[in-house]
Amino acid sequence: MKTIIAFVCSLLLAGPAVAFQPPPSAAQSEYVPATPGASTEQMPAAPLLITAYAFVWIAAMAYLWTIARRLNKVEDDIRALERKAPHSR
Amino acid sequence: MMKKALAPLTVIVAVLFVCAPYLIAQAPLESTMGLVQKIFYFHVPSWMAMYTAITVCAIASAMFLFTNNRSADAYAVAGAEVAVLFGLMGLVSGPLWGRKAWGVWWQWDVRLTTALLMELIFIACLLVRKYGGPGSEKLAAATGLFGGATAPFVYKSVDIWRTVHPKTSVVPELLKGSMPGSGLPFALSAIGFVLLSILLMQLRVRLAKEQAQLDDLYLAYEES
Repeated sequence: MKTIIAFVCSLLLAGPAVAFQPPPSAAQSEYVPATPGASTEQMPAAPLLITAYAFVWIAAMAYLWTIARRLNKVEDDIRALERKAPHSR
Repeated sequence: MMKKALAPLTVIVAVLFVCAPYLIAQAPLESTMGLVQKIFYFHVPSWMAMYTAITVCAIASAMFLFTNNRSADAYAVAGAEVAVLFGLMGLVSGPLWGRKAWGVWWQWDVRLTTALLMELIFIACLLVRKYGGPGSEKLAAATGLFGGATAPFVYKSVDIWRTVHPKTSVVPELLKGSMPGSGLPFALSAIGFVLLSILLMQLRVRLAKEQAQLDDLYLAYEES
């Protein structure tokens, strides 16, 4: 019984939170192209765009480099161990 | 089969990554956000790549938990690591976009907060595996599975709750032609990122398998 009461209370408390969500603004549901020639910039966006793009590239390349480095190390260790104990495989 | 696919996959990813910036530059400007909206062309694909890695991690973690398959464990660790990488890309490119579009670097709104938590779960998965001691693979797999279960909630959060973040309808609307000229650059960028995530996961799986082979060799050497 307590469980049912707790469940009903939770539903009653959660209901208004969902029901009173204000409607989404424009540009949240879909993007609209700018009118040609219209001013769209108030703050320089290029540095933000370039930083974001550069970060993506650097992160991908850095991860690729760490994998290559780790792979080389493991392969070197395998070769060294195989030389040391050729019959252990 | 994946070993054979590695070379052509690398070429395709390289071509897409070279072509994407040119196509993105040619794409039209959005009316309210302007130039900074172009971050969208690699912000959203980085989350798509993260979701690909999360799917691999979650499925492989479940397989490892229930079948003890070592190959599945290799895929689980690869998925978790690549998920962290692309999640980081999304979490860095998002605030750079938000600074211009919303006027702030970060908002503690439901999408941003849950995305950050999801990233932290996969970081926890890697930390557990590295520092958890013997048997930590199983614990890491459980964490990976739990992280995978949070992913659909993070994705749908923008449709359920009020948030400053654009809704999930933006991508389908764009592909349907809401902004003519932006569908192709976005699609190519998305394909490039997802293929890159597959490529990186494949390399990481190879590393995990070779590490396991090295461990076996050490054991055999110590026993002999």
